[in-house]
Amino acid sequence: MESGAYGWMDLLRESREDVLVRWARLVERNLGDRLTAAELDHDIREIFDLLLAGAGTDAAGALSGASYDELRSLLAELSSTRARQGFSPTETAISIFALKEAVLGVLEAHEDLRGYQAFANLSRLVDDLGLFMLESYAAARDRVIAEQAETLLELATPVVKLWDGVVALPLVGTLDSARTQVVMEALLQALVDTGSEHAIIDITGVPAVDTQVAQHLLKTVQAARLLGADCIISGIRPQIAQTVVGLGIEFGDIHTKASLSDALLLALRRSGFDLVPRNGRSGS
Amino acid sequence: MSHQSTDTAEPLVLASEADVVRVRQAVRAAAVAATFSLVDQTKLVTATSELARNTLVYGGGGRVLVQTVDRDRRRGVLVEFVDEGPGIPDVDLAMTDGWTSGSGLGLGLSGAKRLVDEFDLETAPGKGTSVRVTKWKR
Amino acid sequence: MDRVPILKIGDILLVSIQIDLQDHIALALQDDLSNRIVETGASGVLIDISALEIVDSFIGRMISTTAAVSRVLDAETVVVGMQPAVAITLVELGLTLSGVRTALDVDRGLALLKRSAGPVEEEPLEPASPDRTHEPPVD
Repeated sequence: MESGAYGWMDLLRESREDVLVRWARLVERNLGDRLTAAELDHDIREIFDLLLAGAGTDAAGALSGASYDELRSLLAELSSTRARQGFSPTETAISIFALKEAVLGVLEAHEDLRGYQAFANLSRLVDDLGLFMLESYAAARDRVIAEQAETLLELATPVVKLWDGVVALPLVGTLDSARTQVVMEALLQALVDTGSEHAIIDITGVPAVDTQVAQHLLKTVQAARLLGADCIISGIRPQIAQTVVGLGIEFGDIHTKASLSDALLLALRRSGFDLVPRNGRSGS
Repeated sequence: MSHQSTDTAEPLVLASEADVVRVRQAVRAAAVAATFSLVDQTKLVTATSELARNTLVYGGGGRVLVQTVDRDRRRGVLVEFVDEGPGIPDVDLAMTDGWTSGSGLGLGLSGAKRLVDEFDLETAPGKGTSVRVTKWKR
Repeated sequence: MDRVPILKIGDILLVSIQIDLQDHIALALQDDLSNRIVETGASGVLIDISALEIVDSFIGRMISTTAAVSRVLDAETVVVGMQPAVAITLVELGLTLSGVRTALDVDRGLALLKRSAGPVEEEPLEPASPDRTHEPPVD
């Protein structure tokens, strides 16, 4: 850019307050009820000043350049915050696109031809800024989704203590590798935390088991043994039994029971308890 | 977004048992910084212990580089073990479970491989060995 | 720490392994344990690894070997307190530690060792009484 040529930075500097007022009004129209005027004003001024600082004297400098580091940082944070607050992508980007409209408004009011040429460069930059904000927004939303998925996983691992020394893990729904791993880790931790020597993994509510899940189950039983506890797998439906055999998976010496109650009886017996009916007849 | 760098700017020297402990600690720190779950930390540090021991005992010592890596917005830890030792003559054999050599201690390569997500081994007789493993945050 | 201390509780030797065992210390422990078993005539060994955050194949094999050696010396070994993350990792490594019994904690480990010592030692020796019929030894 030749020195002395009129750049958009000059345009912005000359019409600073005019642009800022119009800009604020436009953003307020879209976000007015969600943000206070003070917040709005503060955000806009910060963007404005960093935009000018980043441009320096180069009207055609790329947004990715080092001079715009601070501006990008600010916009990334802004997008991230808006994403977490539940604003839509458009509502987030509008803050920056409104700048163009504000500047156009100033040019129309002053019938400034020089300004229109400068505007072309600004327009380009603002478009890039808008896209950048959208990218940051998307990344922030992805992070929120990932965190929620993790929370869901944690909530969905119910390990219940059935008796002193006996915990149960009723699995429900389709198991995928990731969920199975998390759930099994929770079971092992529960064994240690409750000081239980028996775990019942009930898969009544699991419609299908594939090789990976079956292997995770096997590994969990092996790990439980290393801890000093034992596992019983209950609720194996005929279809699953067939799948397991078909896959060539050996359950070896792992105890399996058809029902959760049978498994509980077994676990209790191994813990040294017997169930005795009250009328005096000894239990079977 | 700034974070404490746990990357070893220069490779860690692996010349003694005490160095193995240091390397394990460095990898643990990186895994913690990458917010790995406890199980994943344990797997990576255990794999590190296996591979560091190999480098020391079979490779005659060498160096280890610990790096935090990013790919597709996922964070991971990359650990590289390099030695200028005799190299591994038969890699396929060495990667078999339960393979042992000399003193009766297995190379532990296949086990270590199962503990990480990516495993890369380069070796040749007389040319030393280089093992790179990566584990990603789940 | 230079050597892992070995405590004697009655008939049992108790070893509590704290963090980051270097290879040569592990091997020294293996030696020390065998010697102490013979010296004391201990019937059981309890290895507490509740403080171990990492158990790799070297330590795993050391534990297996210790158990095997102890058995030859007529002592049972029980490993207690393994952390869940360690258990999961060992299974993934393919180290089953077969031949090594485990328990959740020291108390349960001691109970396990007592049970496996058998009821014979718990019966008090009684002097033979004239009323007892001694059966002739069967050839």
